[in-house]
Amino acid sequence: MENLLQQIVNGLVVGSVYALVALGYTMVYGILGLINFAHGDVLMVGALVALQVATLLHKFWPGLHPLLILAISLGVAIPVCMLLGYVMERTAYRRLRNAPRLAPLITAIGVSFLLQTVAMIIWGRNYHSFPPLFPTIPLEPFPGVFITPVQVTILVASATLMVALIMLVNRTPLGRAMRATAENHRVASLMGVDTNKIISTTFILGSGLAAVAGVMHASNYGVAHYSMGFLPGLKAFTAAVLGGIGNLGGAMVGGIVLGLVETIGAGYIEQLSFGLLNSSYQDIFAFVILGIVLIFRPTGLLGERVSDRA
Amino acid sequence: MNELAEAIPYLGRHHPKAARALVLGLILLAPVLAASVGNTWVRVLDAALLYVMLALGLNLVVGFAGLLDLGYIAFYAVGAYTWAFLASPHIGVHLPFWAVLPLGAAFAALAGVLLGFPVLRLRGDYLAIVTLGFGEIVRIFMGNLSVTNGPQGINMLDSLSLFGWEISRGLQVTENFKINALVLFYYAFLLFVVGSVVVIRRLQFSRIGRGWAAIRDDELAAKAIGINTRNMKLLAFAMGATFGGVSGGLFGSFQGFVSPESFTLLESIAVLTMVVFGGMGNLGGVIVGAIALSLLPEVLRHIALPLQQALFGKVLLDPEVLRMLLLSLAMIFMMLLRPAGLLPANARYARAEYLHDKQEAA
Repeated sequence: MENLLQQIVNGLVVGSVYALVALGYTMVYGILGLINFAHGDVLMVGALVALQVATLLHKFWPGLHPLLILAISLGVAIPVCMLLGYVMERTAYRRLRNAPRLAPLITAIGVSFLLQTVAMIIWGRNYHSFPPLFPTIPLEPFPGVFITPVQVTILVASATLMVALIMLVNRTPLGRAMRATAENHRVASLMGVDTNKIISTTFILGSGLAAVAGVMHASNYGVAHYSMGFLPGLKAFTAAVLGGIGNLGGAMVGGIVLGLVETIGAGYIEQLSFGLLNSSYQDIFAFVILGIVLIFRPTGLLGERVSDRA
Repeated sequence: MNELAEAIPYLGRHHPKAARALVLGLILLAPVLAASVGNTWVRVLDAALLYVMLALGLNLVVGFAGLLDLGYIAFYAVGAYTWAFLASPHIGVHLPFWAVLPLGAAFAALAGVLLGFPVLRLRGDYLAIVTLGFGEIVRIFMGNLSVTNGPQGINMLDSLSLFGWEISRGLQVTENFKINALVLFYYAFLLFVVGSVVVIRRLQFSRIGRGWAAIRDDELAAKAIGINTRNMKLLAFAMGATFGGVSGGLFGSFQGFVSPESFTLLESIAVLTMVVFGGMGNLGGVIVGAIALSLLPEVLRHIALPLQQALFGKVLLDPEVLRMLLLSLAMIFMMLLRPAGLLPANARYARAEYLHDKQEAA
C-alpha cells in the first residue's frame, strides 16, 4: 500500500511536469494546428541554460541562498526560451503557415534536431548534474511515503502556473484574442486582432512554460543532457492528445493521468506481464496510450475539437 | 535513370545521350574510382546504396501515398534481425540469402500491416507521431529482450553467398588479381536497387500508384471515386516496409552484426530527409537525395576534420555532430526554400504514351 502511495506521489510530480509541457503543445496546436515537434527541445534548452547559470553562481558566489540561485537561473532560462520560441515561429513556421500540411511538421522535426545538435556542440554529450540547491532529506507525510522538497516545489509551482495560465486565457483581453484566433484566424483578424502577434505570444508563453518544466524535470532527476527533451516532449504530446488537443484543461488532466499511469505501470509491469517485461519498458506506456487514444477516442478525454484535420 | 540524366545541368538538356552515358558510366565505375582513393570510400558507397533502397521504400509511403512515417527504420530493423536470426550462429541456423531475404521482407511487410491497421484513420501529423512511437517501441524491445541479445546485438552474421561462395571473401579472378569484397557488395546492392527502381516505377504508374496519388491529394475524393482507401493505405505500408525489410537484410549481411544502435530515430529522420531533400514522389530525386546526404557527411568528415585541426588545433565538431547539423539544416531550408525538393516530382501522373494519346485527341 505504501508502495502504491509512493508511486502516486511520484506520478503526480512527473505528471505535473508533463502537464506544463503539454500546455505549450496544446496552445500552439489549438491556434496553428501544428505539432511543434521542437517543443521538447525548448525544455532541454531551458534546463541546460538554468543549469549553466546555477553552476556559475554556485561556483563564484557560494554563499548565495538556494532560492535566489534558483530564481536567477529561472530568470535567465525563461527569457532565453521565450526568445527561442519567438525566433522559431518567426523564422521557420510563419512562412509555412499556408504550405502543404507535411511541410511545417518536417520543418519542426528539423528544428528539433538542430536544437539538439547545437546543444550538443555547446554542452557536449555528457550528462550534467544539477548543483544540489535544496536539502535532499525527504519529508515523510505518511509513514513509508517520501517526498523531497524539490518535488513539493514542483507540485506547488506547476499548480500555480496552470491556474495563472487558465486565468490569462479566460479572463484577460489577450486570452480572448488567443481564443478568437484559435477559433478562426481570418475572422479574428477582421475583428481587429493582430493574429501574427497573438501567434508569437502563444509560442512565447508555451516556451516559457517549457523552460520552467525543463528546470523542474532536470532538478527532479538531478541531471540534464542534450537529448533530455525528446522523451518528455513526446510524452507531453501524448498527454495533450490524451486530454484532447487544443484544450487547456485537457492538457493538465492528460499530463497528470499519464504521469500516474506511467509510474504506477512501471511499478507493476513485472507482475502484470508475468515477469516478461520489467521497468526498462517504462517508456512504452506513453506510446501505447497514444496509440489507443488516437484510435478509439481521437478527441481525447475532454476533447471538443474535431481532430480530423484535412 | 533518364531523370537522373536530365538533372545534370546543361548536358541533360542539350546532349541527353551523353548525359545518360555519363550517369551510367558513373554508376558502373563508381566503386572502381572509389577503390582507387581508398577502400573506406567503397564502404561509403555501399552504405549509400542501402540508403537509396531505404529512401525508395520510404518514398512509396511518404511520397506516393502521402503518409508521413517516422518509424520507417523499424522495418529495416525487422529485416536486419530476421537475417541475424536465420543466418548466424546466434541460434545456429544458416539459411541461404534467397530464403532469408524474402522472409525478412515478409516479416517487415507484416509489421507494416500491423502498424498500418490501427493508424488507418489518422492523418498527417498524428500519423507521424504514432509511427514514431512504433519505431521507438520496436527499438526498446530489441534493446531489452534477451532473444535479441539486448544492447549488445548479434554478431557473426553470414554474408551474401551463392552456391557456397561467400561474397565477403572477395573474388579471386586470376592469381594476382582479386576483386575486393566491398566492390562486389556494391554491384550486388546495385542489382537490388535497380530491381527496386523497376518495380517501383511499374507500381507508380499502375492502378495502385494512381490510387495512392489520389489518396495523397485528397483522401475524401479518392474514397468517393471508389478507391478502397483502407486497402490502399495498408498496401502502401506493406510495400514500403518490404523494401525496408530487404535493405535491412542486406545491411545485416554487409555489416556482419546488428544492434539496436543502428535503428534509432535519427536514422528514420535521416532517411526522411533524403526523401524530402531529393524530392518527394520523384524516384530520380529520391536517389539523388539519398546519395547526396549519405556521401556528404563522409566528405565533410574527411575535409572538416583536418580543416578544424589546422584552424583551431583541435576538433570542435566531430563527424556525428556535423552529420546531424547537415541533416537538420537540409530539412529546414529545403522546406522553407524549395519544398518540393531538389528534383520536384512531375505533376502529371500517367504513362507517357497515354499522355501522347490524349494530346492527339485534343
